Amino acid sequence: MKKFVMVSAILLLCSASRAQDSTATQVSGGNSSGVSAQETRMRTLEEQVRSLAEEVAVLRGELKAVRDAKSAQPASDPRILLTAAHVEPGMLPANPTPIAASALPDPAPGAPQVAQTQTFGGATSNAKLLNPDISLIGDFIGNAGHNAVSPSPSMQLHETEVGMQAIIDPYSRADAFISFGETGVNVEEGYITFTSLPAGLLLKVGKMRAEFGKVNTIHNHALPWIDRPLVTNNLVGGEDGINDAGMSLSHFIPAPKGWFMEGTAQVYRGDSDDVFRAYRRQDLSVVGHVRAYRDLSESTNLDLGVSYTRGNSAGLITAPNPSAFFTNIYAGDATLRWKPLRRAIYKNLLFRTELFWSARDQLSPLNIFQTQHAFGLYASADYRLNRRWTVGGRFDRSGQAANANLTDTGFSGILTYWPSEFSQIRGQYRFGHLALTNPGDFSLANEFLFQFLFVMGAHGAHPF
Amino acid sequence: MHRCSFGVRLTAVFATLAFVTALLGPPGTRAASKIQIMTATTDLASLAQEVGGDKVEVESIARGYQDPHFVDAKPSFLLKLKRADLLIVVGLELEIGWLPPLINQSTNPKIQVGAPGYFDASRFAKILEIPTGQVTRAEGDVHPLGNPHYWLDPENGLRIAKGIADKLGQMRPDDAAYFAQRYADFEQHLKQADQRWLAEMKPYEGRKIVTYHRSWPNFAEHFHLNVVGYVEPRPGIPPSPQHTVELIRQMKQENVKVIVVEPYFDLKTPNAIARETGAQVLVLPPSVGGEKEITDYFKLFDYDISKLKQAFDAAH
Repeated sequence: MKKFVMVSAILLLCSASRAQDSTATQVSGGNSSGVSAQETRMRTLEEQVRSLAEEVAVLRGELKAVRDAKSAQPASDPRILLTAAHVEPGMLPANPTPIAASALPDPAPGAPQVAQTQTFGGATSNAKLLNPDISLIGDFIGNAGHNAVSPSPSMQLHETEVGMQAIIDPYSRADAFISFGETGVNVEEGYITFTSLPAGLLLKVGKMRAEFGKVNTIHNHALPWIDRPLVTNNLVGGEDGINDAGMSLSHFIPAPKGWFMEGTAQVYRGDSDDVFRAYRRQDLSVVGHVRAYRDLSESTNLDLGVSYTRGNSAGLITAPNPSAFFTNIYAGDATLRWKPLRRAIYKNLLFRTELFWSARDQLSPLNIFQTQHAFGLYASADYRLNRRWTVGGRFDRSGQAANANLTDTGFSGILTYWPSEFSQIRGQYRFGHLALTNPGDFSLANEFLFQFLFVMGAHGAHPF
Repeated sequence: MHRCSFGVRLTAVFATLAFVTALLGPPGTRAASKIQIMTATTDLASLAQEVGGDKVEVESIARGYQDPHFVDAKPSFLLKLKRADLLIVVGLELEIGWLPPLINQSTNPKIQVGAPGYFDASRFAKILEIPTGQVTRAEGDVHPLGNPHYWLDPENGLRIAKGIADKLGQMRPDDAAYFAQRYADFEQHLKQADQRWLAEMKPYEGRKIVTYHRSWPNFAEHFHLNVVGYVEPRPGIPPSPQHTVELIRQMKQENVKVIVVEPYFDLKTPNAIARETGAQVLVLPPSVGGEKEITDYFKLFDYDISKLKQAFDAAH
């Protein structure tokens, strides 16, 4: 509205000044005599009409832009929400700077004036809505083949994740991801991030995926595989992973030249899937993570991390004193990336490995306190062949948290096709050598998984 | 027993927090004399350097030969962003895939979106190709706020430079006259250069070209070129056989002899089209730093215009 008033004001002012000018010309014309004087007058008037017409064209264009923006605001079509990406507080009120810019002298007098496209950043301030960025990601998974240990359905809409992300105020932003699965609705993450704290601190409060290694922080749809590694399922809580309500504080750590280091400390309620369980209110769990990153060259970089988490072991309701049973998990991760900048969208290579050591206090079958020490790892590689195709492989090996003598092994081959940035088709062959409860017994799994992913709306970028 | 275990755990939590806090150290004592500027792209860095002179230190996140839509949000940029007084972005969602996480994680309140140190250059520029009506991704990776490759028009360069000079003047009122003078000099030089460029391009007015991506509308408008087609069937969608066949037919029909390709796109399809149509593939950097010799905003136009002239001349 403000802008509309402003434009009308400019129009009025403009016509008033023109009227004054023309009276002045008339007076001067009256003073002189003869045909030539009249001709001059006519010419002056013609010029004035021309310049007025030009001005009207420019103003009409601006008016149209303003109107377009206005009419776009109450739009009910959900697709128009695309334009709402990244609402920036403080940018919505009409800013005087674009007008100052438009008043700049035209550096090229010969350039044609196209009134319709004469927009000086108006779109940024007007076309944005105060709605959050809304996205929906559909994750359809199919499965064929044999797996006696953990069979999955032939076809399922595994997860539908709705994301809402917005800047809350000048000091914070918030992200919420709600996933609708086959078994119900789950707030996968929902947290506020305080971005403007003093002393370089970054605080997150809410429910979130813990900063424990790499794969634990990644949403299903952003994984380079259809499933999660065996070690995630055996030691770190499976698909949901270590994901709990709590607080997280991060800070950059002074590092040797060329290195970037960051430390994160997190406190959670202590309920994470089948890993941690808070039997009492004070049974909190903690997570610590240190990341070290270095650019080896413009196209190659190394990303290292160590993580630690501790909480009360889950699944001990029958124990007399479950709060005395702890699970400690230590982890290390290493990632090597290669991506030549000139061909970044066609070629890249990523190696990643993560190692996990789990020490779980539990009751033995004979009801005696015991600690199981299990180790697991995965190692994977992904290579982008061209703009649309990526091949990858993953090796898995992991003990089981509650019985470290049982070890599962597996490997996968993955092929991914991207029709565009917003959809993805993936196939994965998975072989598993899966331990059964009797020592020495195992079951072989041979499966083919396929996945279709689609993204609607504006989904915020994922951290590197 | 219960109390003890809880106490131990809580102590661990606070010990970790204390450890982190201890590492904070005193706030950085950097040379406060220069304004630290980070820019999303090299073109904005060049403009900031022009008006900032020796009172600023400028660095760009993306390189000139890199696709500005796809930049890795490497943590090494975080250290630089943390120190920045001013962050200049292209805006119009060009950097939507990589800049927001960097800004969030930078822990620098000065450059957060909407803060005084966050400078969206698109708000000063003339923006083309703002979609009207319904916007869907059936049109590919459309930018709902308009085409973000607006810096390839010297007039926009001037407008952005003016915006930066004003911003720097606000940040350092004592040096405002210096920045205003730098801007005035830049304006004069750029206008002179633009006269020269326009004169050089005058003989080729209205020439038809095909470009890989929609990176050139502002350039084409300013220098009166006619972009009649794109190698990409839709923005951000890789070339498809049907579209390529159609493009070849159109190029033959309209006698288009130049295919402009940004340095970060594959040349296979453009070369195939060139073989079919007798056109010339021209790798033309849309950004400062796209080639070694393109060290500033002036040299960008010098380079691109001389290459275009050669290509147009060779076509005859």
